[in-house]
Amino acid sequence: MAGSSQIRTNSSALIAMIADEDTVTGFLLAGVGNVDIRRKTNYLIVDSKTTVKAIEDAFKEFTSREDIAVVLISQYIANMIRFLVDSYNNPVPAILEIPSKDHPYDPAHDSVLSRVRYLFSAESVASGRR
Amino acid sequence: MSGQSQRLNVVPTVTMLGVMKARLVGATRGHALLKKKSDALTVQFRQILKKIISTKESMGDVMRNSSFALTEAKYVAGDNIKHVVLESVKSASLRVRSRQDNVAGVKLPRFEHFTDHSAGDAKSDLTGLARGGQQVQSCRTAYVKAIEVLVELASLQTSFLTLDEAIKTTNRRVNALENVVKPRLENTITYIKGELDELEREDFFRLKKIQGYKKREIERREQDAKKYADNIPLKTGISMNSAHNLIFVGAEKDDDIIF
Repeated sequence: MAGSSQIRTNSSALIAMIADEDTVTGFLLAGVGNVDIRRKTNYLIVDSKTTVKAIEDAFKEFTSREDIAVVLISQYIANMIRFLVDSYNNPVPAILEIPSKDHPYDPAHDSVLSRVRYLFSAESVASGRR
Repeated sequence: MSGQSQRLNVVPTVTMLGVMKARLVGATRGHALLKKKSDALTVQFRQILKKIISTKESMGDVMRNSSFALTEAKYVAGDNIKHVVLESVKSASLRVRSRQDNVAGVKLPRFEHFTDHSAGDAKSDLTGLARGGQQVQSCRTAYVKAIEVLVELASLQTSFLTLDEAIKTTNRRVNALENVVKPRLENTITYIKGELDELEREDFFRLKKIQGYKKREIERREQDAKKYADNIPLKTGISMNSAHNLIFVGAEKDDDIIF
């Protein structure tokens, strides 16, 4: 089968984060943060002053970078750039929506699970063959 | 769709009939195989789906625990640890490895996390040295566990999306074979058979006609010969038999009568 989208096999890839300060601090404590020689980081701290454009730019940058395999994004931030997140179709890097302290996890808005819900309705991918 | 059951434009010969039959057999076998592949992929798909849902729920719990641990650490070690941690970021020690798994014929990406110990471990040891070191440690372990769950979830999610694509492609092929290729081939075979039958009928008809003509020609000659033979014995005295032989043995090697 022709590999229409070749999946990169990377032996050492980073985890990017777009979240609020507390979540990012926690993950940085765990050792996920990376600053390279050009002072580019793999995380973006989002607070009340961050513009939607900045978030969009960071998202686009993280998804186009070769060495990032996973992008963690808080769900309330994902809601701000919902159209970008929903139209993103590549398998790698994987976009994961995480809950934040103030906004508990809401599966209704998760881009992947909303696709799943469509699967269990009458027109599903698996039973569409009939 | 008017174009749905057309036939291929071929010369209606016996060879083409054989070729078309072979292609039909190939299409049927391919169709059955692809259907099986699609079923296998769908089974995998549903399994992954179930796992995703359960993992997402556990992720919610894990994240909540880590947030609590972080709040505790902040409370105990003072609010400054945020800045300390932000300052001390150098190179990521927790990384992700991606490789490809072959599941039911589809290459699925899988992530696994691993700790790169060579990359600046010392930086994180100084956090919370003044106070709250234990809380900071427990916070760190909580977040590392969170990362494990998240990496597994990412892995499941990418497999899910890739499988989705694969199932759609396979189903598209199955439907194409079932609704376009096979009917076309079947129509072509029917057409070729029809043409061959008609040719055979034409041939048969031509043969019968020619046989009819030949028969009539023979009968006419017999009549002529009889008349002649009737006359000959009266004049020269040859028996009717020999007169018959004279005429007929000579006429035995029959050329084709061309009309």
